[in-house]
Amino acid sequence: MRVALFITCVNDTLYPQTGQAVVTLLERLGVAVGFPEGQSCCGQPQFNTGYRHETEPLVRRYAAAFRDYDYVVAPSGSCAAMVRDNYPRIGAKAAAEGRGQELADAAAEAVPKTYELTEFLTDVLKVTDVGAYYPHTVTYHPTCHGLRMLGLGDRPRSLLAAVQGLNLVELPGADECCGFGGTFAVKNAAVSAAMGADKARNITATGAEAVCTVDNSCQMHIGGTLARQGSTVRPVHIAEILASTEGNVW
Amino acid sequence: MSGTHQATYLGMPAFPVAADASTRNTQLRANLRHATHTIRAKRATAVAELDDWSPLRAAGAAIKDRTLRHLDHYLEQLEGAVTAAGGHVHWAADADEANRIVTELVRATGEREVVKVKSMATQEIGLNGALATAGITAYETDLAELIVQLGDDLPSHILVPAIHRNRGEIRDIFAEKMAEWGRPAPEGLTDAPADLAEAARLHLREKFLNAKVGISGANFMVAETGTLVVVESEGNGRMCLTLPETLISVVGIEKVIPTFQDLEVFLQLLPRSSTAERMNPYTSTWTGTTDADGPRTFHLVLLDNGRTDTLADTVGRQALRCIRCSACLNVCPVYERAGGHAYGSAYPGPIGAILTPQLRGTQSELDASLPYASSLCGACYEVCPVAIDIPEILVHLRERVVEGGPVTVRGTRTVIKPAKGHAAERAAMRAARWALDHPGVLRTGQRLASRTRRFHPRRLPGPGRAWSDTRELPKVPEESFRDWWQRTRGGSGTEGRTTT
Repeated sequence: MRVALFITCVNDTLYPQTGQAVVTLLERLGVAVGFPEGQSCCGQPQFNTGYRHETEPLVRRYAAAFRDYDYVVAPSGSCAAMVRDNYPRIGAKAAAEGRGQELADAAAEAVPKTYELTEFLTDVLKVTDVGAYYPHTVTYHPTCHGLRMLGLGDRPRSLLAAVQGLNLVELPGADECCGFGGTFAVKNAAVSAAMGADKARNITATGAEAVCTVDNSCQMHIGGTLARQGSTVRPVHIAEILASTEGNVW
Repeated sequence: MSGTHQATYLGMPAFPVAADASTRNTQLRANLRHATHTIRAKRATAVAELDDWSPLRAAGAAIKDRTLRHLDHYLEQLEGAVTAAGGHVHWAADADEANRIVTELVRATGEREVVKVKSMATQEIGLNGALATAGITAYETDLAELIVQLGDDLPSHILVPAIHRNRGEIRDIFAEKMAEWGRPAPEGLTDAPADLAEAARLHLREKFLNAKVGISGANFMVAETGTLVVVESEGNGRMCLTLPETLISVVGIEKVIPTFQDLEVFLQLLPRSSTAERMNPYTSTWTGTTDADGPRTFHLVLLDNGRTDTLADTVGRQALRCIRCSACLNVCPVYERAGGHAYGSAYPGPIGAILTPQLRGTQSELDASLPYASSLCGACYEVCPVAIDIPEILVHLRERVVEGGPVTVRGTRTVIKPAKGHAAERAAMRAARWALDHPGVLRTGQRLASRTRRFHPRRLPGPGRAWSDTRELPKVPEESFRDWWQRTRGGSGTEGRTTT
């Protein structure tokens, strides 16, 4: 089983500890992880803003970078959903525009091997107790693309529930979007901030020490809003919780 | 007389500007939050009662898709059936033509007043304003439409046009304005719901009993029988559809369904999605005219107004499945905070964000901003009873805005230019793509950001303020993941260990 980490550009640049946590976690579970350096961004910011053609080279790049791997694991529901839902659309549109099957083939190659981290753990490795220890009160916010595009369902919760020492508290209005939405956060800053403020208040009201998601891009918005509200709740990626052990709390 | 007032969507600002103002309106936010959360929870319960919701939803989508594929056939079948049943069918290519037809039909009756059943199609074409210009007063009889009309306001929701008003505001509008339009509100009117409903009932009863002309839309039109269907809760529709001598129905061409049996699917999907009811209180059906029962004259005005152009777009055409339930509005976090008026059309919320730019085009600043009025959270798609993939269409229309491309305008295939004001963004996206497609460049950028991290400001100037006014900026780490991997796992271009 050849497994690659798709770090995603946001994690690579701003949250390297999340990638380090994925490597630590998967190696602890007996999975060797590769990191093909030809990988880049999935293209979601461009695609979701309307620049489909600017996304096309990144579809090709993704397929080529991970060609030698059986599984690609991304610590991001949103980026995994971009590959799985939108790469086929990009391929189909290119074909409909008379530019051949090349992009559709690249998408077809990329889609079946791409997994969000919690899916890979529960569906491929068939594990829910990853042997983690995290002595904190945590609330979980299901980010939209993981929730609705990938259909992650209970996977992240079941993984968190099995963590020793972790006290999982319910988040009111959990299913409501935090308001990040990529370029939406600046194109519609007022609405985005209003959504973020409500989300942050709900998070703080749980009394949790940390808010956990499967997406650091949403966390960037949630964490930035929490900090501006003066909340002490800290954002943490699920990989970092699952990588923690008694001797090494992330 | 207030009938000559006509609030209009023309000249409204782009969505972000309007939404920036409405998010600061705490009363509006509280009204919308309360109303949308209540109906949202009720809908979820009503839908969860049916264990075949998913197949019903698929059937609804399939029936609509099949009908739209053969729309010409079903419309001609409908025309034949309505005509055979004693009705008159008129075809309107756009809003102006529809307004002209209706105005002439009302004039021919010699009447100066009409009563209206709540109708999205007539809101879309601005019929009340057109009639007012011709000296004809249209009385809205749906309670929420009445509140909007008396308040010289605009609807802000498909099902509940006055959702932005609370009962205190409604009391004030009734007390102040009812007398201008007919029977005044009772003395000492309170804001108790029963009192408000009674005031509206007394005010409207006069209109129902005096009206000689009724104007409606329709939720469905059955091609095989020529039957029109209106689904409602208050009974005002039944009054307007049965008491007047002349009935004029203005209906979008996408409302046709092939057979009476198809109603079985939609009369389950619609009330549960819309009002969270198992069955709506009033379902009125009529087929042409019937001797000594109901209107003696019936006119059906079939409205295109951008629908066939929308149908020509293979991605966007899904929007024509819409049955106007408003479930997508009620779950939308953007709608909840921006309010319906920010969408600048009769169709607010997620469905408006995909319908308006298709019916009106993407050339105005407002219409070009609508596809961006979404965080793409997907809650709308999840609840849509006819499975319209709203996020997919939003992204599709964003492409139309920034790249232009092929569209159909009044039946002619053409290529449009990008909407104005996206040149800097396009250049930035191109530059980003170039950097991202050259990982060496990306790495250099990351290292530069890391080395200068101590000098990064906490608040950004210029356009970056859109982020940093309300959110802290993330701190750039000392080392990117890429660099960490290379330093700790070693070697140039390492693939790592690849076997278990």
